[in-house]
Amino acid sequence: MESKTITITIDGKTYQTQEGLTIMQAADQLGFHIPRLCYHPKLSIEGACRVCIVEVEGVRTYVASCAYPVMDGMKIRTNTQEIRRARRDIVELILDNHPQDCHTCERDSNCELQRLAASMGIRKRHFEGERKKYEKDLTSTSVIRDPNKCILCGRCVRICSEVQKVTALGHAHRGFQTVVMPAYNMPFRDSVCTTCGQCINVCPTAAFVEKVYTQDLFAKLNDPSIIKVAQVAPSVRAAIGEAFGLEPGRAMEREIAAALRRLGFDYVFDTQFSADLTIMEEASEFLERFQGKGKLPMITSCSSAWMKCVEQFHPDLLENVSTCKSPMSMMGALVRTYFADKIKKDPKEILSVAVMCCTAKKYEASRPELMVNGLPAIDMVVTTREIAWMFKSAGIDLLHIKGEDFDEPLGLSSGAGAIFGATGGVMEAAIRTAYELYTGETLMDIELESLRGLAGIKEGKVTIDGKEIRVAVAHGLGNAATVLDMVRKDPDRFHFVEIMGCPGGCIGGGGQPYAGINSMPLDEECLKKRAEALYGIDRRKTIRRSHENPDVQRLYKDFLGRPLSAKSHQLLHTHYKVKEPRGIIPQELKVR
Amino acid sequence: MPRRYVITLCDGPTCIHKRSKELEAAIETELTRHELTGRVSVNLSGCLGMCAQGPVMAINPQYTVYGNVTADDIPEIVSSHILKKKPVARLAIDEDHLYNRFFRVFGDINFFGKQMRIVLRNCGIIDPENIDDYLSVRGYEALAKVLTDMKPADVIAQVKTSGLRGRGGAGFPTGIKWELAARQKTDEKFLICNADEGDPGAFMDRSTIEGDPHTVLEGMIIGAYAVGASKGFVYIRAEYPLAIKRLEKAIADARRECFLGKNILGSDFSFDIEIRLGAGAFVCGEETALIHSIEGHRGMPRPRPPYPSVQGLFDKPTLINNVETWANIPVIILDGAEWFSSIGTEKSKGTKVFALAGKIKNTGLIEVPMGVTLRSIIYDIGGGIPNNKKFKALQTGGPSGGCLSEDYLDTKIDYESLAAAGSIMGSGGMIVMDEDSCMVNIARFFLEFTQNESCGKCTPCREGTKRMLEILTRITEGKGQEGDIERLERLGNLIKKASLCGLGQSAPNPVLSTIKNFRSEYEEHIKQKKCRAGACTALTGYEITDKCVGCTACRKVCPVGAITGNPKSRHFIDQGKCVKCGLCFDTCKFSAIKKG
Amino acid sequence: MIAAEDKKTALKEFMEKAKSGDHPESQLIAILHRAQELYGHLDQAVMDDIALTMNIPTAHIWGVATFYHYFNLKPKGKHSISVCLGTACYVKGAAQVLETVKKELKIDIGETTQDGMFTLTETRCLGTCGLAPVMMIDDKVYGALTPKKTVEIIQSFYKK
Repeated sequence: MESKTITITIDGKTYQTQEGLTIMQAADQLGFHIPRLCYHPKLSIEGACRVCIVEVEGVRTYVASCAYPVMDGMKIRTNTQEIRRARRDIVELILDNHPQDCHTCERDSNCELQRLAASMGIRKRHFEGERKKYEKDLTSTSVIRDPNKCILCGRCVRICSEVQKVTALGHAHRGFQTVVMPAYNMPFRDSVCTTCGQCINVCPTAAFVEKVYTQDLFAKLNDPSIIKVAQVAPSVRAAIGEAFGLEPGRAMEREIAAALRRLGFDYVFDTQFSADLTIMEEASEFLERFQGKGKLPMITSCSSAWMKCVEQFHPDLLENVSTCKSPMSMMGALVRTYFADKIKKDPKEILSVAVMCCTAKKYEASRPELMVNGLPAIDMVVTTREIAWMFKSAGIDLLHIKGEDFDEPLGLSSGAGAIFGATGGVMEAAIRTAYELYTGETLMDIELESLRGLAGIKEGKVTIDGKEIRVAVAHGLGNAATVLDMVRKDPDRFHFVEIMGCPGGCIGGGGQPYAGINSMPLDEECLKKRAEALYGIDRRKTIRRSHENPDVQRLYKDFLGRPLSAKSHQLLHTHYKVKEPRGIIPQELKVR
Repeated sequence: MPRRYVITLCDGPTCIHKRSKELEAAIETELTRHELTGRVSVNLSGCLGMCAQGPVMAINPQYTVYGNVTADDIPEIVSSHILKKKPVARLAIDEDHLYNRFFRVFGDINFFGKQMRIVLRNCGIIDPENIDDYLSVRGYEALAKVLTDMKPADVIAQVKTSGLRGRGGAGFPTGIKWELAARQKTDEKFLICNADEGDPGAFMDRSTIEGDPHTVLEGMIIGAYAVGASKGFVYIRAEYPLAIKRLEKAIADARRECFLGKNILGSDFSFDIEIRLGAGAFVCGEETALIHSIEGHRGMPRPRPPYPSVQGLFDKPTLINNVETWANIPVIILDGAEWFSSIGTEKSKGTKVFALAGKIKNTGLIEVPMGVTLRSIIYDIGGGIPNNKKFKALQTGGPSGGCLSEDYLDTKIDYESLAAAGSIMGSGGMIVMDEDSCMVNIARFFLEFTQNESCGKCTPCREGTKRMLEILTRITEGKGQEGDIERLERLGNLIKKASLCGLGQSAPNPVLSTIKNFRSEYEEHIKQKKCRAGACTALTGYEITDKCVGCTACRKVCPVGAITGNPKSRHFIDQGKCVKCGLCFDTCKFSAIKKG
Repeated sequence: MIAAEDKKTALKEFMEKAKSGDHPESQLIAILHRAQELYGHLDQAVMDDIALTMNIPTAHIWGVATFYHYFNLKPKGKHSISVCLGTACYVKGAAQVLETVKKELKIDIGETTQDGMFTLTETRCLGTCGLAPVMMIDDKVYGALTPKKTVEIIQSFYKK
């Protein structure tokens, strides 16, 4: 429906705008940035913080501009002395019930509340009194919950239920005692939380932060008796520049390899290598299933949050999930075996570190079934944010460092390995290889546009040897649930489904740099640019199909044999089991 | 042979607690003894509003109301009043009493024309659990009229013409609300009766439902017909078991008699009602919070627009009115909008029910026409202040309302006048305070209530009321600081204008109005550390004056042994030990203890 | 005393009925009322059961159960004392009554005595303002209270 053009007045000047917008949306388009806090463009309107209030002539109270629609002839005032003072007092009320520890806070200089307070010019406290005091929850492998820092904007609750449909978090109690917590205030570890870390991404303060391993890692890097090995996920290179003030979209592939060596790593491997390996295994597994050995549709298994999600929320579909370990864990397995043999070291003497865009990878690293010969496949997972901080803390200038190659024998990757980080990438990479494995011919048209982009659910078809293969791609656990409902309704609808736990895929992971001063967390433009950085890497590579990676071929020849061999099964595949507590996805219910 | 008598026994909570059940048993016994069973019917009614004189019973005809009745009085009442037609003067309640007058008009042909009880017109007269009783007082006649003679638009026009405004507090014109809901084009619409009466001290809705549940149902059914709703909900406090029970029975009876359900009274209009229980959250009186509660959520309000009339329960257009508003509807339909709009003031039509409480002789439930002055309510109806104390303030509108000083006593009861005076009509709580009430303490009490009931969603209400409460608490504890009054005003005005819902927007009213009308009391507390009412314990002390005759009574009652002294000589209070409980003060027969 | 199995069945029946109508999840508060009626309070096992049967996330149920003051999350004492803090009672000295009860039973609001005898709550107006200040023990209202009378009433329960 065509929306009507209407006339409104903002701060005394008249403007044309569209009917159906909120005051905030109209103001944004006209260059007025009304301060805001609980508002998030991807989430439902809460109207709770009251920071975005404005005056509307004829309305008795102030109105929340995020929720109030513009109307023809409306006279809006965004910047009177009165409204400025009201906003200032509201932000002060938030600060008065907030720990005053900015200098020692994880989000110092990266905090929306801090920036808001600065823009309000709060120089004096008028209303200080009792402050909330709660225990921090440190039980989760990935996410620390600190209710003391929580300002009850509800973004975490909304993203967890509306976008992820996990509903691990909710508001509990009421009034001044309101706390955002898991059911029964149980330890986060024991809740249905999938550790995706999206709560961290959207939190304006440090009420949710990742479990930080930076100091432990610094300590280990200073230990001369161990071999220090790092691997870097594709999405880390697509986003780390943002932590150094760069615009999103700049790929920093070789710079990271160089920086990690400066930090003290002896070997820097590329998770994109093991992504290629994953494709070999996964494409082979798919073809087996496609030919009748095993359940269809096959669902990908690289996303750790998705792994926990399927075990708790979709136990009926466990058999559909690929048995392939994630690229991180495959790399971990190879480092403890293939690589340890190569350098003739006891695997115990190797420190295996994964630099990931993801908080759930910290959880994955703790899964006991992924151990290799009694050792954890990965000793430590650090996020993009953590490694960026470590670079800064160690004085490593990522912006001006001269790039270096990743190390052999686990450092060479194809373009297919790079696009793993963006939603649809795994499927695209798998099709490039499956096509050739099945037909013996090379797929020439390898850029599958229908699987790219930020649509919640993407569907596609490829014809392999005259047979139609129907695929679906979902990112974010909410979209995943929708796709799985389609599968339950019609098990033959798809043959192959890619699921990534986070919006946008790994590039939108819970461990990525915080949004900058002028953008919102999970901003679509930012996600698109990060994805574009990965597609750019793919385009620049001469090798763009996983099976063409010579080091992968060598690995099979020297060590694994062939895809799905006994050795592959032992090292590169895993299994799933139903987990408690059971997750529940309501049909109609909106969490308020 | 005596003519047929009707004994109406008040079954309101206060009377029950004052052992009205024993009266019921005694009456049965007496009637059996005199072989009068069958000739005298005994009805239980909802609260008659004369709680202070409970247990209360009325005998009709002769329209006599007896108060403070005990089981021992029953033989005398039966033998004298019923057998000898001689009312027992000793127990009859003062004839000049408003409620008595109300009973005197019972039976009058011009039943709806003269009296002031519109909403409560049947309360105490009919047996609320008997649908035939309701039918006998023209019950469901309005519904029949609507279904046979009127189009939905005609009904809305009548309600608009009547000038009826929402009795839940804000006073939004009812007809306009109905019109908006009627205009929405959807497959489904809902209707809600807000019976989540949560104001401390208010029990109007409870009494209406307990005393006359069908009138509320009838109002709802008419409303549903007017706006095209297919399903209605009564959202009622779980704390009202009797009201719930009576409502359940009324709904079942109405269904049986075809007033509810499919094809009501043979028409093609179908509508049904379901009861939904609250669970102890004051904020659920706010319409969007109430809707969320019915949907099974935390009772958190949401920003408006969209208004419930456009998008409400389960995202469908939803018409919400409170109990008292619904109860007015059948009368408006039967007696006409013009008649209804002739009652009251220019902008506020009809009557309003109030729960009168506090330091007043006649506490209880009253229904008065709009336009009556506060003075008339307090002194004519309420009988003034007991114990020769001086009137100090009147609080209207519960925790959302304000405290008015003597200067405002000639204010008329209507939405605009009360708002102009700095209070609100609210849902109808009315609390009288005398010189022993400290206005700072009262403000603190109300704010503590709203602070405790804040849902916690929006910042101004959640954080702001907490800070206001802290400031008020320190003032009452003698720790008030320079600038505290200004801080309260600054926070109060912020919360009023910036909060998300009506609870927050009205929460500062008790504080702001007491600052406006009793500012000197605040200043005394802060600067002189003095509470003139002696209500703030930390600022109150007791001293024994030389009037003391040494009777030792105070020494004996002191729970902490703070009083010393020999018999027949002046006693003393050890201020270090004294816990300021005031027992000595209450005990002393010689006015020898000074408070302050 | 209803056997544990019967309680479970009764709750199940109630939920199945709720599920048969429109918007079943909107019956959550009614279900919690029923569960509390059966069990006296709401514990994790009961809420987990409701979550699975009604397909409502536990975090949501927990949010609702903690929002409404009517719901008890802890077991209650044999008798419940609720002191009315409604306006009329407050004006007539309910605060002292509450203090007396707290001191006498050595518990705070929301707590249960060590011997499991009493649980103390506060309440808003019971509608018996004519008797202010009042408290309610179980279903019985005690009016016109003084600190002394309050203590006597509490002690009478121990003599029974």
